[in-house]
Amino acid sequence: MKYMLLIYNNPAFYEAWSEEDRTALFSEVDQIMTELRESGELVGGEALADGSTTKTVRVRDGVPAVTDGPFAEAKEQMVGYITVDCDSEQRAVQIAARWPDARYFAMEVRPVMHTTVADV
Amino acid sequence: MADRGLEDLLRPLAGQVLGVLVRRYGQFDACEDAVQEALLDASVQWPDSGVPENPKGWLVTVASRRLTDQWRSESARRRREATVAALEPPATPAGPLPGDEVPGDELAGGQDDTLILLFLCCHPAVAPASQVALTLRALGGLTTAEIARAFLVPEATMAQRISRAKQRIKASGTGFRLPSQPERSDRLPVVLQVLYLIFNEGYTASSGPGVHRAELTVEAIRLTRAVHALLPHDGEVTGLLALMLLTDARRAARTRPDGTPVPLAEQDRSRWDAEAISEGAALVRQALASAPLGPYQVQAAIAAIHDEAARPQDTDWRQILALYGLLERLAPGPAVTLNRAVAVAMVQGPRAGLEALSTLDGDGRIAGGHRTEAVRAHLLELAGDRGGARAAFTHAARRTTSLPERRYLQAQAARLTPRDR
Repeated sequence: MKYMLLIYNNPAFYEAWSEEDRTALFSEVDQIMTELRESGELVGGEALADGSTTKTVRVRDGVPAVTDGPFAEAKEQMVGYITVDCDSEQRAVQIAARWPDARYFAMEVRPVMHTTVADV
Repeated sequence: MADRGLEDLLRPLAGQVLGVLVRRYGQFDACEDAVQEALLDASVQWPDSGVPENPKGWLVTVASRRLTDQWRSESARRRREATVAALEPPATPAGPLPGDEVPGDELAGGQDDTLILLFLCCHPAVAPASQVALTLRALGGLTTAEIARAFLVPEATMAQRISRAKQRIKASGTGFRLPSQPERSDRLPVVLQVLYLIFNEGYTASSGPGVHRAELTVEAIRLTRAVHALLPHDGEVTGLLALMLLTDARRAARTRPDGTPVPLAEQDRSRWDAEAISEGAALVRQALASAPLGPYQVQAAIAAIHDEAARPQDTDWRQILALYGLLERLAPGPAVTLNRAVAVAMVQGPRAGLEALSTLDGDGRIAGGHRTEAVRAHLLELAGDRGGARAAFTHAARRTTSLPERRYLQAQAARLTPRDR
């Protein structure tokens, strides 16, 4: 079963940290990623660029309107995701709980839709 | 990969060739790589050069050469790396050097190799997802890329599962021999579970890169047949083979071209595979008559009753209900209770079915799950509660993680939505 783990945080929070603390945080993430790669559970994942680089696109009456943001600097925002393929929801939650962002902000565990069909 | 005919020839040989190599040289992991390379060579060369007179002998020879090449390059690397060691003679692999001659008796024997390899690949130290992957590679002759495609994960992920499984087996120190009898009866259920997982992965595939996934079903049945040939008196092996045949027999009728599921009662039964049904039904009768009862046999017996009913209304639900009662004692679980509730409804009416379903309400494993809600919706509709049925179908549609099932469940809810008010 595949799960997407959505990572939420507020980048401004970490910007206030010391370089040492940030390095420790990154190595914690590297460690989990290595473990997931070795266990064969890691399917993929990506980090997203800063929220200030976001474009929001809306098409109304056939006319596209492109705006910058949302910036949402003071709020939690999605900053990246990883996809895992693991045996149970419980295991996916366990992985999410180890992510440092879960301690300060939140991780969302979302099952990924598939196209298989059990008998109905 | 190469054409169908060549695949049909190569796949059953994968395990046999691997068996010969591991018997000769030990080192399951290195031999497994060598056999993969030999299979690849065959799939490239045979279409041009023609299939050799003795395909298995050819594969053993080529795989053995691949193995010695690997040893030579490893010892060469060691020599380059260690300057001191460079003065010493090159390392010689343990056991006899692979020759080009393949003794006939070695090729003819080793019927148990399939079983030994299955027990190795389904080693309890290996995680289920890796057991499945390794079994398909070592015994199915599928490449890592093919297995990855079938399970819709990146090749690197699948390669990691396979290499981790091999490390675990190596670390466990398990030799190439059949486990002792008591250990075998502990571990056979794991082997059967892996074969069933492979089957299910292929069977539940509705669309998309389905060609590759449907092959998993073929491969699972082939391997289960092989185990059945070696253990013809094991009731659960027979039961599993029967269950696979009786389930797979409905494949053509179970989904629409767009991938949405067709309920059993609405399937075009003329499209069911009559040959598979009669083989499966005969197997399950034989097992029930002669072996100790087990869950696979009971599930196969239920599938046989469905498959042998000419029309849905001819289904012997009383017998199905009795069998679910039996299954609940042999292998209790929420999924069994759920299916039993359907049988209760068919025999005693929808209200009795809903009552049976309510026993699951406190069960966190399945209460509020999409399958429970879909069954509840169906029973509420039979009981004449269209509003309740619609709500339950909507709830089920929200809970499922299958796209075709969601479309089906949403359509059911829409069908019950009042119009023109």
